[in-house]
Amino acid sequence: MSLFLTSRRLRGGLTGVAVAAVVLTTAACGGTTRGEEEGSSSGGDAAGASADPDAEIPADLAIAFLPKQLNNPYFDVAAAGSERAAGEIDGEFSQVGPSEASASSQVSYINTLTQQGADVILTSANDPNAICSALDQARSGGASVVTFDSDTSPECRDVFINQATPEGIAEAQIDLMAEQIGGAGQVAILSATANATNQNTWIELMTEYAASEYPDLEIVATVYGDDEDEKSFQETQGLLQTYPELKGIISPTTVGISAAARYLSGSEYKGRVALTGLGTPNQMREYVQDGTVTAFALWNPEDLGYLAAYAGAALAAGQITGAEGETFTAGDLGEYEVGADGEIVLGEPTVFNADNIDDFDF
Amino acid sequence: MTVETAPAPAAPAPAAPARRGPTLPSGSVITTFLVLFLVVAAVSVEGFASTRNAGFLLLDVVVIALIALPLTLVVVTGEIDLSVASTVGLSSAVMGQLWIAGLPLEAIVPLVLVLGGVLGAVNGFLVTRLGLPSLAVTIGTLALYRGLAFVVLGDQAVADFPRAWTTWAISSIGSTGIPTVVVPLLVLVVVTAVVLHATPVGRSLYAMGNSEDAARFSGIDVARTKLWLFVATGVVSALGGVYWTLRYGSARADNATGLELQVVAAILLGGVSIFGGSGGLLGVIAGALLLASVRNALQLVNVPSDVLNIVTGVLLITAVVAPQVTARVKGRLARRRPAS
Repeated sequence: MSLFLTSRRLRGGLTGVAVAAVVLTTAACGGTTRGEEEGSSSGGDAAGASADPDAEIPADLAIAFLPKQLNNPYFDVAAAGSERAAGEIDGEFSQVGPSEASASSQVSYINTLTQQGADVILTSANDPNAICSALDQARSGGASVVTFDSDTSPECRDVFINQATPEGIAEAQIDLMAEQIGGAGQVAILSATANATNQNTWIELMTEYAASEYPDLEIVATVYGDDEDEKSFQETQGLLQTYPELKGIISPTTVGISAAARYLSGSEYKGRVALTGLGTPNQMREYVQDGTVTAFALWNPEDLGYLAAYAGAALAAGQITGAEGETFTAGDLGEYEVGADGEIVLGEPTVFNADNIDDFDF
Repeated sequence: MTVETAPAPAAPAPAAPARRGPTLPSGSVITTFLVLFLVVAAVSVEGFASTRNAGFLLLDVVVIALIALPLTLVVVTGEIDLSVASTVGLSSAVMGQLWIAGLPLEAIVPLVLVLGGVLGAVNGFLVTRLGLPSLAVTIGTLALYRGLAFVVLGDQAVADFPRAWTTWAISSIGSTGIPTVVVPLLVLVVVTAVVLHATPVGRSLYAMGNSEDAARFSGIDVARTKLWLFVATGVVSALGGVYWTLRYGSARADNATGLELQVVAAILLGGVSIFGGSGGLLGVIAGALLLASVRNALQLVNVPSDVLNIVTGVLLITAVVAPQVTARVKGRLARRRPAS
């Protein structure tokens, strides 16, 4: 801190820092580098504990629901599902969480839950690694950890509830489209960004599935609305002008499908060009009611929360340990099996149409 | 207001117009408040007074307290640096990118600290050489550095840092529950406190905060000192970025978003005047601990996070308004006394 005294010393200090940095850089060539640490153990380690499928779920389990952030309609619906499940097994449900969805904001909430001795923590991770050490401490404190919607690294939790498999999502959208256009004709895809991992996986699977199941259904183009409302709107307009024979548009992103629906509902194509994809009931309600859209799909977040809570209870009771092949019953959703890496798949996406859309609020 | 007459380790209470009788050392009010709160919370909040909880709480304070050290000096001179959290984010992103590139951590850490110094120097240059207001400059670099962080690392997360480093970052001393990092932090606290309260350099910062012209006429190189304070803030923020990355085991461009407000909140709550010229380091540390303890205790009794934000805001406004009100009341009483 003598740095501030004179300018000569200041310069000397700065040079010193720079020299030290260079020296350290060269000296450290044998230092700690990437990929050095191999065979990092623990991969969904269920060894040691054995599952007892007939174990009773104890009463008064403290079940904590920790979403990515509070006041998010999607997670509010999931929380309602978890709360319903907690009620059915006489557990004590609580919801805690940060007000902003940053990578580390969940950590102090997990720490608090550890301190309170929560039995089950249901969480959707903002970052796959940032909450790992906190979850480790929670688990060594006796909590069972279930991730849903967004997973952590597999070694940081007991099980992950996957909302749907990529195959399930892809096939549901193609089936819906084929049904609406009679299985034949030109179809275009309105995606998010060109490098969106999820969307690209689905588009690839959709193309394969369509080619094998509906040979007359031709996917003529994939355009990118970048998950921006305005851009998606313009891309929809462009598609309809470029392909006058277009029979339908599939948009596997919630921003895209609602922008496309808004364009269609105000255009001459309303009712003539089919639109389906992944959307939320609240965004799509008016377009289903005015006939622009017949049916679209998304997993049901309430079921997701409900299943997560039952999986947590099954873990706490010892019915499952998170090892592949174990089974448990999740209330009225029925029986589920733990897959590889402790993954449990919720099932087929839910299809929303004029008959059922008013039953959902998210 | 001249400052040369101020007692060395005890700066006067903020904006007290008349200095009559003994004044409490700055920060003693907030420290008393902290102690009272800790006692009340320990008695009434289940799970608050435990070694594990103390560890959790201190881990949450470390980065805030760390960055608050140089930033307190900056605020004492009447300037502000709001880009600290973005510097944390950019340091974290660069650290991740260099790690992917295969550099050893022993080289990455000094490089990132040098980067922090450069980022601080940019702020310092714009403020002291071009004479721009630090509020405007650092709001600009707040956006700029965060933007650069996303350019460097995009929305990916680098997480394969060695376990030895990441577990050290959250390890505690024996079974005390006190995090290991508290030790180096305490060393820095002592060093900064000595510089601020017991050296001519430290005293000159108060002089600058009270009147830049007066400070300049008394032979203090205001521009150079401020420039180096910004550099120091950059380096320490980068250190905070390194620690943040290891503590959460994840290098991300959006790390520590919004942290600048928590740091500034701790400084103001600690009794440092936002207009410069008064305040002390003890109060700032107490302020950081109080904010974290209040959040922690309220979380333990399941108060939702929205309410937590409201409580923090009210606490802060009270802390800023209370000394002004007391000063005004005291001033009025002092004026009335001779008349009666």
